[in-house]
Amino acid sequence: MPLTATAHSPATLADAYAILAERGSAIKVIAGGTDLMVLMNAHLLNAKEFLDIWRVDELRGITDEGDCVRIGALTTYTQLIRSPLVQQFAPSLVQASRTIGAIQIQNRGTIGGNIVNASPAGDSLPVLAAYDAKVEIGSQRGERHISFNEFYTGYRKTVLEPDELVVAVRIPKLKAGERDFFWKVGTRRAQAISKTVMAAKAKMAGGIVESISIAAGSVAPTVIRARRTESVLAGKMLTRDLIEQARHSILLEVSPITDLRSTEHYRRTVTGNVLVKFLRQLNLSQGNNQ
Amino acid sequence: MKIQFQVNGTPRELDTPPMKRVLDVLREDLRLTGTKEGCGEGECGACSIIVDGEVINSCLVPVCQVNGSRILTVEGLARDGRLDPLQQAFLECGGAQCGICTPGMLIAARALLDVNAHPSRDEIKEAIAGNLCRCTGYVKIIDAIEQAAKTRLR
Repeated sequence: MPLTATAHSPATLADAYAILAERGSAIKVIAGGTDLMVLMNAHLLNAKEFLDIWRVDELRGITDEGDCVRIGALTTYTQLIRSPLVQQFAPSLVQASRTIGAIQIQNRGTIGGNIVNASPAGDSLPVLAAYDAKVEIGSQRGERHISFNEFYTGYRKTVLEPDELVVAVRIPKLKAGERDFFWKVGTRRAQAISKTVMAAKAKMAGGIVESISIAAGSVAPTVIRARRTESVLAGKMLTRDLIEQARHSILLEVSPITDLRSTEHYRRTVTGNVLVKFLRQLNLSQGNNQ
Repeated sequence: MKIQFQVNGTPRELDTPPMKRVLDVLREDLRLTGTKEGCGEGECGACSIIVDGEVINSCLVPVCQVNGSRILTVEGLARDGRLDPLQQAFLECGGAQCGICTPGMLIAARALLDVNAHPSRDEIKEAIAGNLCRCTGYVKIIDAIEQAAKTRLR
């Protein structure tokens, strides 16, 4: 099948949009290929026509947009890891990128691909969820921006129309006094797909949780925001009791499954433990040893 | 689809299906069988090659995406009949046993030394984290890369 498949390799976004406008529903978009080619090699992909966007340089680049950092969809994990802007304003995205595959995958896999592939185990996705990122979507019909937390409509389902591409993602900068967090649990440090993965962001003031966002992957049909657990914590003094309440809350809020990588019980328990790890770090940052 | 690229310094032009894997183009069309297929899913690194300065898994890249690129495979490491310092060090340190991972290990190590001439052992481990070896236990491979880094500096 790969030998009979055809591919369009446009060099401009306008050409890519034109091909999608005409052929969108019949065509499969390929960026870095690190997920899609695995399916193709396993004969699990029936596409006969591909739109190869690798040459569309308009989809590359990381820029400072004032209150947010804009990351082009074709930006690779290696480029994220090396970016001073991302290191400074979204450090957990650098951490996440370092846990994705190994260097061969980091050199090729893209943030736009991770978003559109829509795996619940995509390791950059909890960061985008915790940061309330915005997704820029484009087509010949124009551009629209949508909150990352509204991008998925179900397991492997997104709001993308057949003629649309993800163009970029905008990440609000980490503000002074905010701390972020990323933790992935996998079989080994490199190459592993996560059993559970968490990203979070919080601001503390005088021992009180002023604001907090918590996102988790591999524990539900899509990446999720743990909003009930956030509301357990927000505005309260971060005591040992509150940390215990939050751990209990997130155990009930996630809905993991048992599969070849892990069990439901393990995922639930460890997600709670990882949240406790973050909350204890927050407490220590406040000079509180509780 | 007409593809033009440079492989190990030699310009090549061929007509190939656009979604054919670079791995298969190298092995079948160009008869460069040094690059191996292990898992076919980006886990083992046996098919590692360097494209425009970056190490990638050639089983995960369709050939249409390397049109105009510069490719280095294991066959391009030796120059004028002389082994690359990495190949010499793998020989001397016992860094190769069954051999299937060796081309990918050499290429991943080469990509590391090209950007970091004095890697620490931890940096070497990270650079080959995407390359699986089932024989050596990795110690001799890491020793070999360390030795090659020293040899290259002389």
